[in-house]
Amino acid sequence: MTKNPEELYQERLKRVEDAIALRVPDRVPIVTFFSYFAARYAGITYEEYTYDAEKMLSAAIKVHEDFEPDMADIPGIYYLGPTLDALGFKQLRWPGRGVGPNKPYQFVEGEYMKAEEYDHFIEDPTDWIIRKYYPRICSEFEPFSQMAPFKFSFTYFNMGSLAPFGTPALQKAVDALKKAGEASMDALTYIMKFGQEMAKRGFPISLGGLTQAPYDTLGDYFRGTKGIMLDIYRRPEKLLRALDKLTPWMIELGVTSGKQSGNPFIFIPLHKGSDQFMNQDQFKTFYWPSLRKVMMGLIDAGMTPVVFVEADHTSRLEIMSDVPPGKVVYHLENTDIFKAKEILGDKVCLKGNVPMPILCLGTPDDVKAYCKKLIDVVGKNGGFIMDTSVSLEDAKIENARAMFDFTKDYGVYR
Amino acid sequence: MATLIDELASAIAELEDEKVLELVTTRLDSGIAPLAIVDNLQQGMTEVGMRFESGDYFLSELVMCGEIMKDAMAVLEPHLAGADQQHRGSIVIGTVKGDVHDLGKNIVVMLLKGAGYNVIDLGIDVPAEKFIEALKESQAPLVGMSVLLTACQEGMKEIIEEIRAAGLKVAVIIGGNYVDEAVKNYVKADYFAHNASDAVKIADEIFTTARGSAHSA
Ligand code: B12
Repeated sequence: MTKNPEELYQERLKRVEDAIALRVPDRVPIVTFFSYFAARYAGITYEEYTYDAEKMLSAAIKVHEDFEPDMADIPGIYYLGPTLDALGFKQLRWPGRGVGPNKPYQFVEGEYMKAEEYDHFIEDPTDWIIRKYYPRICSEFEPFSQMAPFKFSFTYFNMGSLAPFGTPALQKAVDALKKAGEASMDALTYIMKFGQEMAKRGFPISLGGLTQAPYDTLGDYFRGTKGIMLDIYRRPEKLLRALDKLTPWMIELGVTSGKQSGNPFIFIPLHKGSDQFMNQDQFKTFYWPSLRKVMMGLIDAGMTPVVFVEADHTSRLEIMSDVPPGKVVYHLENTDIFKAKEILGDKVCLKGNVPMPILCLGTPDDVKAYCKKLIDVVGKNGGFIMDTSVSLEDAKIENARAMFDFTKDYGVYR
Repeated sequence: MATLIDELASAIAELEDEKVLELVTTRLDSGIAPLAIVDNLQQGMTEVGMRFESGDYFLSELVMCGEIMKDAMAVLEPHLAGADQQHRGSIVIGTVKGDVHDLGKNIVVMLLKGAGYNVIDLGIDVPAEKFIEALKESQAPLVGMSVLLTACQEGMKEIIEEIRAAGLKVAVIIGGNYVDEAVKNYVKADYFAHNASDAVKIADEIFTTARGSAHSA
């Protein structure tokens, strides 16, 4: 008896929803980030995956048809080339632009917000982003620094503040904005197409939006790793005020994207609060409270935070258990997932964490042995989703195959 | 955690930035030799490096300590000009091209300085030419390279090849979170270290042998 796509869709969605709600599903669900694995598997370059929409789409479809995860991995953060080119984007190096055609994209860190700009940021973040930040991260938007704040142009007698748009430099920047908008619209069209193709094959989409921990947004994009660490010591009050400013903004970002996509799973990658980065008091003061508020804000709006707990957060697990049961997913990278099951098992659905070294260098038997342990221990009584520790990117194909086949076979709850 | 007897060394280890600057200024004013002050600062930094390695300190403390040191050195530098800098030898160090991770490299720099070496830190994203230029200029017998991105390993290998091709007879030591014996052999480096204290031990070894053969770096 073969199931039709709609039945498959509902079955897979329920499997994942059961795991998240800490119920026992029919079997352990498996959901991963394929990332550039999709390109390699289809025999195209990472650069093509970043630039060629048709090739990207067929590669992304193929990998799902062949591996049949319980939810589909949306390729939206890979097919970015044309948009980034239009912006002259400087905060990333991506395949074919700064890194080789078969290398993953890299973030270019910097102190894009100066310590002296905290007041401007807190007072009017949008204005700061437009006139200070964009000129620094997009070469095409450098002339934005010459604009007057939009808040000046509210009626007929101060239309003069629009005059800078009459200059060749700003007109060129506005043209670039237009081109970036077109490229972004085009990308969106393909991402929507991907969603439709997946639905036709019975796959729900794994994520409906993205937001971040306020500390990470400030540290990753604006102040930089070093800058924000110094702020902890040198301007803690400003830092806390900026985090307060960012908290409702990060909630709004997640809720809006979830509503627009009609998909409640909101991704939150954690970067700068891991075990090594700060001491426990600093975590409790600067990192956790605003992150928790963001998660609660999402949950209150009917969303499910899918938190990618990067690096090692083992020492934070007790603190991170302060969330309502059955409403949150923690995808663990190097955090001790077995210990996490003990501490968080009755609170949080765990996801992960087949280590990259096993997937890249090990054998299918090594993969199966690790998956077996995950299913036996972490999968016990539900509340677990099988995944890699990060993504399948560099995994051997036979190891990826072993992870999927073994989970679907051995992971059945009887 | 060791407690430091010197007030300045202890202030930097406890990350008391204002106190550090105050002490540096009062000591300068009271006529204490600038180099002696640098010594105390370095004792404090060495302690911070050890606390990090033993898990008592975290990256945030490390970064803050580096910044305090920078500020203190800014006050001291004008007074150091002309002072006869006694050191045990020069070491060139940098994070290889394409890689911008420098927190680990900075601890290595801190501990090497603390151990009395003249460290020429080329920063991050360093291409072969810059290493070669600095090595020629300083005549340093040892070069350290940091790499955290596996994608930059090939580039590191090429940098080492170029240094050798330029005829420089220097020892190469590498480090970074994933660096091990196999990586060392692959890129044809001479040494590797898992952490900063091992890096100092290896440097001590190299410089003791080098002194025997009359190196005057
Ligand atoms: C902090 C960090 C960052 C910061 C760096 C800030 C800075 N100024 O350094 C930021 C956010 C900028 C960053 C960016 C990226 N990062 Co990063 N980062 C880390 C992280 C979490 C910690 C590194 C660190 O500082 N450790 C603490 C220090 C003290 O340890 P250490 O570096 O190992 O140094 C010790 C020893 O190795 C040794 N040592 C170090 N250097 C040397 C040199 C010599 C000569 C010797 C003898 C010894 C020695 O002594 C040190 C002291 O004990 C690691 C994960 C991890 N846990 O390692 C990822 C990690 C290194 N990053 C990674 C990646 C992928 C990236 C990005 C590409 C992410 C992206 N997609 O954009 C970018 C790359 C940017 C670039 N071009 O380099 C990967 C690398 C994977 C790989 N195998 O290639 C890691 C492993 C994370 C992961 N699990 O995926 N990162």
